[in-house]
Amino acid sequence: MLQGKATWNFQNPATIISNGTVGGPFEKQGNINKDFDSFFSDQWMKEKSFEQAHRLLIEEASDIALKKANLKTSDIHFFLHGDLINQITPTSFAARSLEIPYIGLFSACATSMEGLALSALLTSGGYAEKVLTGAASHNSAVEKQFRYPTEYGSQKPDTSQWTVTGAGVAIVASKGEGPKITSATIGKVVDKGLTDPFNMGGAMAPAAFDTISQHLQDRNIDINYYDYILTGDLAKIGRRVCLDLLKENNFQVVEEKFIDCGLTIYNKDQPVFAGASGPACSAIVTYGHFLKKLRNKECNRILVVATGALLSPLTVQQKQSIPCIAHAVSIENN
Amino acid sequence: MSNDPIYQSQEKNAEPKRPIFKNCLKAFLIGGLICVIGQAISTFYMYYFDFTEQTVGNPTTATLIFITMLLTGFGVYDRIAQFAGAGTAVPVTGFGNAVISAAIEHRTEGFVQGVGGNMFKLAGSVILFGVFSAFLVALIKTIFSYLGGS
Repeated sequence: MLQGKATWNFQNPATIISNGTVGGPFEKQGNINKDFDSFFSDQWMKEKSFEQAHRLLIEEASDIALKKANLKTSDIHFFLHGDLINQITPTSFAARSLEIPYIGLFSACATSMEGLALSALLTSGGYAEKVLTGAASHNSAVEKQFRYPTEYGSQKPDTSQWTVTGAGVAIVASKGEGPKITSATIGKVVDKGLTDPFNMGGAMAPAAFDTISQHLQDRNIDINYYDYILTGDLAKIGRRVCLDLLKENNFQVVEEKFIDCGLTIYNKDQPVFAGASGPACSAIVTYGHFLKKLRNKECNRILVVATGALLSPLTVQQKQSIPCIAHAVSIENN
Repeated sequence: MSNDPIYQSQEKNAEPKRPIFKNCLKAFLIGGLICVIGQAISTFYMYYFDFTEQTVGNPTTATLIFITMLLTGFGVYDRIAQFAGAGTAVPVTGFGNAVISAAIEHRTEGFVQGVGGNMFKLAGSVILFGVFSAFLVALIKTIFSYLGGS
């Protein structure tokens, strides 16, 4: 049911019964490499193009999630997925081989939680029993589309972020054992007029703040209700600014419990500038790293706030500012 | 709302300052090093082959671009460039890298529409404005000569 202005409070909470996470070689060297199911040894993944490799990431993660739950594609009612590439072709091409009724999603790097929120809505509402959802990105394919050729020598500033190569998917079911999806808040587009595409964390922070405060207000809970608040991929600068915004508005936020997915996936020695980004970033950290913590009861309540910058190379060249969005989903042990 | 100067300045304060002096120094050193290598190649060609100071420019440039091609193809040039910034962008190697990286990147779309259509995606504007500037300079020189300069 709708609670407050923009939050769905699920009366029959859906369960995350399975998950699949895959990454590339760079992610294998990262901080949470134990939480991945498998890795590819290079960016091509034996495919003819980066875009096809991107498709393979989604297929591989989906296969793993299905195998873990001992399910076939025919057991899944809907496939809700998205990525960053033009017309989300990697996702649609993966949907072609999965043969599951498919809804393509786009909220840039907030796609993971858009998908999880809608999956919970479908399963809790009785419109589906099992839904496969997730988000993916491929560093080279994204660089090629949004920035320069991968081998082009441009000096990136310290505010820029590194797009994750990988995919993270989850199977959401109306029944089963596992962490429950208790509520979801759909964000609105926030644009404070920032224009630097090499500083998306700074542009996205107000969207994250807006969705977090809306969520807490709608559910009428304190920020410390959650063991962790995970933000999408704000990275160093965005996280700092988002924390400042929360404190200015009298939220008693504890910094150690305010975690950014963009600062979780890689280790400190990897040259990722301000941190990680990409739709796969929040998907992998949530479905790989934090789902494990929830299952092990290391934490019991998390709020995942995936953030997305809704820009395109065209809007950047036309000097438009960067509209941003954040969607929040709460995952809890009962 | 798409303009919030208060937030913009708050955000600006959280950004790390760009190390301009350090970047300039690194660009100077690496850019200078590339020029030293170029000079060495020129001297080599003049000493061992039949080139003069006037004619050695083309083979030197070609050699530097060839080395850039190898470094770009093996994925090294972009790493050097992250360190050197303008130091690797300004010399002819930067131009070569822009052309070569685009050619490699778009190989999957075929030779004509992919490589051919995108090879000068980054370098095209350098050629256009380079030729146009040369035209303007030549025009100014011609006018001055006509008006009685030497």
